[in-house]
Amino acid sequence: MKENQQEGLPGAPAPASAAVDNTSSAADANSAMAQLTRRSFLMWVGSSGAATALPLSAAAPVAVSAAPVAINDPGMATVRLSVNDVVREAQVDVRTTLLDYLRENLQLTGTKKGCDHGQCGACTVHVNGRRVNACLSFVAMHEGDAVTTIEGLGTPEHLHPMQAAFVAHDGLQCGYCTAGQIMSATALLKEPGNHGDADIKEAMSGNICRCGAYSNIVAAIRQVRDAS
Amino acid sequence: MHTFQMLRAQSPDEAVRLAAAAPDSSLRFLAGGTTLVDLMKLDVEQPQQVVDINRLPLNQIEQSADGGLKIGALVRNSDLAHHPLVLQRYPLLSQALLSGASAQLRNMASTGGNLLQRTRCVYFRDTAAACNKRRPGSGCAAMEGFHRNLAILGTSEQCIASNPSDMNVALTALEAGIHIQGANGARVIPISDFYVLPGTSPQRETVLAPDELVTHVALAAPVANAASTYLKLRDRASYEFALASAAVLVGVDSGRISHVRIALGGVGTKPWRSPEAEAALQGVAPTVDNFARAAAASVRNARPLRDNAFKVDLIQRCLVQALKLAVSSPARSA
Repeated sequence: MKENQQEGLPGAPAPASAAVDNTSSAADANSAMAQLTRRSFLMWVGSSGAATALPLSAAAPVAVSAAPVAINDPGMATVRLSVNDVVREAQVDVRTTLLDYLRENLQLTGTKKGCDHGQCGACTVHVNGRRVNACLSFVAMHEGDAVTTIEGLGTPEHLHPMQAAFVAHDGLQCGYCTAGQIMSATALLKEPGNHGDADIKEAMSGNICRCGAYSNIVAAIRQVRDAS
Repeated sequence: MHTFQMLRAQSPDEAVRLAAAAPDSSLRFLAGGTTLVDLMKLDVEQPQQVVDINRLPLNQIEQSADGGLKIGALVRNSDLAHHPLVLQRYPLLSQALLSGASAQLRNMASTGGNLLQRTRCVYFRDTAAACNKRRPGSGCAAMEGFHRNLAILGTSEQCIASNPSDMNVALTALEAGIHIQGANGARVIPISDFYVLPGTSPQRETVLAPDELVTHVALAAPVANAASTYLKLRDRASYEFALASAAVLVGVDSGRISHVRIALGGVGTKPWRSPEAEAALQGVAPTVDNFARAAAASVRNARPLRDNAFKVDLIQRCLVQALKLAVSSPARSA
């Protein structure tokens, strides 16, 4: 796995307030130690795979990804795409889905893996402005595409109106489906067709919420619809 | 998932050349991925080569000289459903497309891929189960297993898998032509001849040869003064496959049915055109009694099993209701 964009140190927790920052320096990572959160700790454990014995200060340099694979390996592919307005060029195993590429290779873990078969909508992202299930395409199919994930929609300081509406209306309980719900909802208001209350329910049917926050989710979407 | 080689075709010619050079059934064309990627994750599909055809210039919807429509195989289901010419002239197709899957999947799924959508039979999708379609000769676990969603028409001793598509039902009623390009040239197949019954070789679902690529779907000019409806019945209100569906086109002239096309979904091993129902309606008055007679004719050859026998009644009610809705809606003119 190679990126032309400098990755955050694979073994270090990203700063809690900017988990998507792929250009974080060692200094950023060190300062992040001081503000270790549950999320950043879990990300560190997941990406280092060696959390048991290594002291934090030693983790970063040793936690490297697998050895580079020859470019002429038929099981590999090169792909160039934009993710949240950052151009990425990667050599990937051809089996890598867009979802796994975002989560495992770019550590953009806001996009969630639910069913991994296009049935739950947790992995919804935008490709060229349209919502899709990231689990059902290989990243190698996305040459030249522009991908937007929940990390590219807003920031904790500057929430996208749909994110703010989900907060205001309590459009979640456990939160696992929320990124997918919000990506779906923002795309839906730009799609052709009607956006009446019944239309919103129908158009959101590809996003499942096991907590059953549906009425609050619909209320959040209605608020953004009515404000625009 | 088994690994594979991914190739990007630059032209339809190149795509079919690659397919012709590959050993039998070892290569797959990849468009939206909503069926193929899903089945590759399950090891149901294990291609050695995958040809990404998404950049081929087959994503246009064009009006043809005869007043019909030429739909590129890579046109996405959502784009087709919302296209002004489809909404205005083939609302049946738009309704069917929008009743299927989710908005995300419709943004990905292609016209050609939907034509070749595989069954949702749970045993086909489970490599531990017996399935003559997936592994010829291994048997059919569905016969005595979970089959309430499976077919009652066109079944064989070997296979009762239903075709899950909504789009294909509408295209069958619209008598679409399937344009195909192969290593040895191009051909057009009427959709009624495109799908084959399972018989003793359920692994074969269409007349496509391994080196053939669907390039377009052609629709004839719409019939003047015919009204249409797509009615889909399912276990929940949205995002679910059909238990029974009906695509109907009906023209009424001086109180008699002058034109009728009927296709049924969710009940057949392929998108099910019903010439029996059409014959029962041709030339008669559009009454509920006549609709019921036609519906009874459509299931005369049904072969229900223990848990899908309810479909024999359900599809008749579905067809009657679809016909009632169609004749009470304003006819679309050409």
